Amino acid sequence: MDFTDEQIQRYSRHILLQDVGVEGQEKISQAKVLIIGAGGLGAPVALYLAAAGIGTIGIIDGDVVDLSNLQRQIIHFTEDVDKPKVFSAREKINRLNPDVKVVTYQTLFTAENALDIIKNYDFIVDGTDNFPVKFLINDACVFAGKPFSHGGILRFEGQTFTHVPGTACYRCFFYAPPPANAVPTCSQAGVLGAIAGMLGTIQAAEVLKYFTGVGELLTNRLLTFNAKTMEFRTIKGKKNHKCPVCGDHPTVKELVDYEQATCDIQSRKNHTNS
Amino acid sequence: MGLIKVNDKPQEVNLPKSVSEIILQNKVVQPGMVSVQLNGEFVLREDFDTTFLKEGDEIDFLYFMGGGSKSCLTVR
Repeated sequence: MDFTDEQIQRYSRHILLQDVGVEGQEKISQAKVLIIGAGGLGAPVALYLAAAGIGTIGIIDGDVVDLSNLQRQIIHFTEDVDKPKVFSAREKINRLNPDVKVVTYQTLFTAENALDIIKNYDFIVDGTDNFPVKFLINDACVFAGKPFSHGGILRFEGQTFTHVPGTACYRCFFYAPPPANAVPTCSQAGVLGAIAGMLGTIQAAEVLKYFTGVGELLTNRLLTFNAKTMEFRTIKGKKNHKCPVCGDHPTVKELVDYEQATCDIQSRKNHTNS
Repeated sequence: MGLIKVNDKPQEVNLPKSVSEIILQNKVVQPGMVSVQLNGEFVLREDFDTTFLKEGDEIDFLYFMGGGSKSCLTVR
């Protein structure tokens, strides 16, 4: 593809990078990325990928912007409260970079629509806030042979890894959703807003590395950090032969929507908004 | 006493000890919310009581992390 003078200028700091160059920027500009959840993680991912000139960004989220989201979901502004998150996100992406084609899905990501949606994308970003959807994203991506970035944040901590076919998946590390009685209650949870940015920008960097082929992806490694001490560590992992979805004897053979209990009225509708 | 590593930090413990005992000893707040790797190998939850650590072993607790304030969802 031929870049215009304006595009060369816009992406000049990428093009100047020896590892990226015009060729790398072309790959970025042809890439199709799906971001699941336009919340705390999805917001920085969407903004940085838009700025980078990713060709097509799909965003799926069934929720509307809530005042309590603005503490960390930096793609949404005060005047967006009550607006569907996907439309709020699309507006900002369009203003940041008109080169980017944005596809919105104002719905929940479910076992029914998962494979149909992800088949249109080259890379999937998990920006969701709950375990049922995280396991669904994992299983759908493993079934479809799609790479994805996992992201999780809690209080002052974050974790992420990248999956490409053949490497460790979410179930290799975490097997199955945690027991129902172990999940923190709403009052125990909470998150320092900037943690979402720290983790989301790592995910965005992984996406750009994936398309440009630069460096080593965060595969077979789980990166965790604690902002209280600012200690980062990567825990080595590997494809688990006991893994229920990608192991030697898989027991998960179709997608399931794990049921989610609600602990308040908001939680059911706020399904994908980390 | 023997030396093991817990989350990359050296720890002196009486060995042998099961994964469950190590979890207890390290005061893991929500044991149900950790996944365990022993020397880089995943350990099934049902094997926590019967898997024992030996000198030099490295154990890592991986915490389930959802998203922000709404990660209060449970599963069947």
